[in-house]
Amino acid sequence: MKVRIPSPLRSYTEQKAWVDGDGGTVDELLRDLDRQFPGMRFRVVDEQGRLRTHMKIWINQDAVRDLSTSVAPSDEITIMQALSGG
Amino acid sequence: MLLIGTRKGAWLLTPDANRTSWTPTGPIFLGQIIQHVVMDPRDNRTLLTASRTGHLGPTVFRSRDLGSTWEEASSPPAFAASDPLERTVQSVVWLSPGHADQPGVWYAGATPQCLFRSDDGGDSWAPVTGFNDHPMWQTWANYPEDQTPDGSMLHSVIVDPRDPDHLYIGLSGGGVFESTDGGKDWAPLNAGSVADFFPDPNPEFGQDPHTMRLHPLRPDRLYQQNHCGIYRMERPEGRWERIVDNMPRYVGDIGFPIELHPRDPDTAWVFPMDGTDVWPRTSPDGKPAVFVTHDAGSSWIRQDKGLPSTAWYTVKRQAMTTDVHDPVGVYFGTTSGEVWASTDEGESWRPIVEHLPEIYSVEYAAPE
Repeated sequence: MKVRIPSPLRSYTEQKAWVDGDGGTVDELLRDLDRQFPGMRFRVVDEQGRLRTHMKIWINQDAVRDLSTSVAPSDEITIMQALSGG
Repeated sequence: MLLIGTRKGAWLLTPDANRTSWTPTGPIFLGQIIQHVVMDPRDNRTLLTASRTGHLGPTVFRSRDLGSTWEEASSPPAFAASDPLERTVQSVVWLSPGHADQPGVWYAGATPQCLFRSDDGGDSWAPVTGFNDHPMWQTWANYPEDQTPDGSMLHSVIVDPRDPDHLYIGLSGGGVFESTDGGKDWAPLNAGSVADFFPDPNPEFGQDPHTMRLHPLRPDRLYQQNHCGIYRMERPEGRWERIVDNMPRYVGDIGFPIELHPRDPDTAWVFPMDGTDVWPRTSPDGKPAVFVTHDAGSSWIRQDKGLPSTAWYTVKRQAMTTDVHDPVGVYFGTTSGEVWASTDEGESWRPIVEHLPEIYSVEYAAPE
């Protein structure tokens, strides 16, 4: 499936804005992305398996925070980091 | 060389032979929060950063070529996924190299007040469970209630130069703790240190050390700049003595950093701040000054020649350092992005860099 990468994470993806990933759930997808781009998952998910506070994930048009949510190969995934602060 | 950590990245400042002109290299990791940059004194070449990448969480970056190239730790400081308190590292704030006889060993202090160790030069990190999972940790750290303005943190990780298993740490808040078995067990070391914000101002723990230093030439002596005063301890007695009597009353003895002379255990520098009212943490009366003692705290001398007559900046706990030259250079960085230098042991000051982001740390390094 296609995964959109926010600019703060593109240092892990060789500056690619879109990458391909596999998995049946959001968690599996993030683990696959971490295999391809080591270190990236820990920037999105903390050590307790929770999405970091300002990280957001969309499956197509639906925002999800439950990493066990199912994804399908035809889904388009967007990882977004809310840029707040100064 | 000075290693500068800021709220928006890191800079390296390289001096000429006279320490007159300083050439900046940077920004490194522009936009990322760099709490600490430290060189490995065992190879004088490796640099580590304690970082928090905006909203992307904590990490450590490492350079093995004096900052030309960097790589992220493959396993940054983190709690176990099975952590019963479900803790997450919010920030890596402090880095200390391990003992000279333990190349590759590093310690990292974090928010919340926990300790991590690397045995491979900073690439992979593991919790020091003897402290982080100590039966008293939650009480010592007042977790999760304790929240200082930038987050409660573990800092001032000190390794006794005579014994790699003898460790000191500071918790802000929580107090000073000591291990004599390499971190397997810990005990509070706060006798004599005041916590005047508590109903009992002399608790066993709960104090707020801001910075603690051990003199390498006299490793039985510790200095501490605390939320409640400046202290010195002579081991093995283990009692903090408040050393403030000759500080002017209008200045007080509140501050963040304390730095030592590399060859004289009786000489130390502090940068007092305003700890009155709502704790503005700026210089008292807006008049920046360093104070130095040459007699282990019995008396203090104001050193402000060259500093602005009025300024409202703060010098944070890791933002002051000394070099090893003769005379000793003393340096501090400000929250307004200036680095000030004295190459005559504090007698006179001049800015060597201006207009950086808010400075979190200044460390001296002597690369080979």
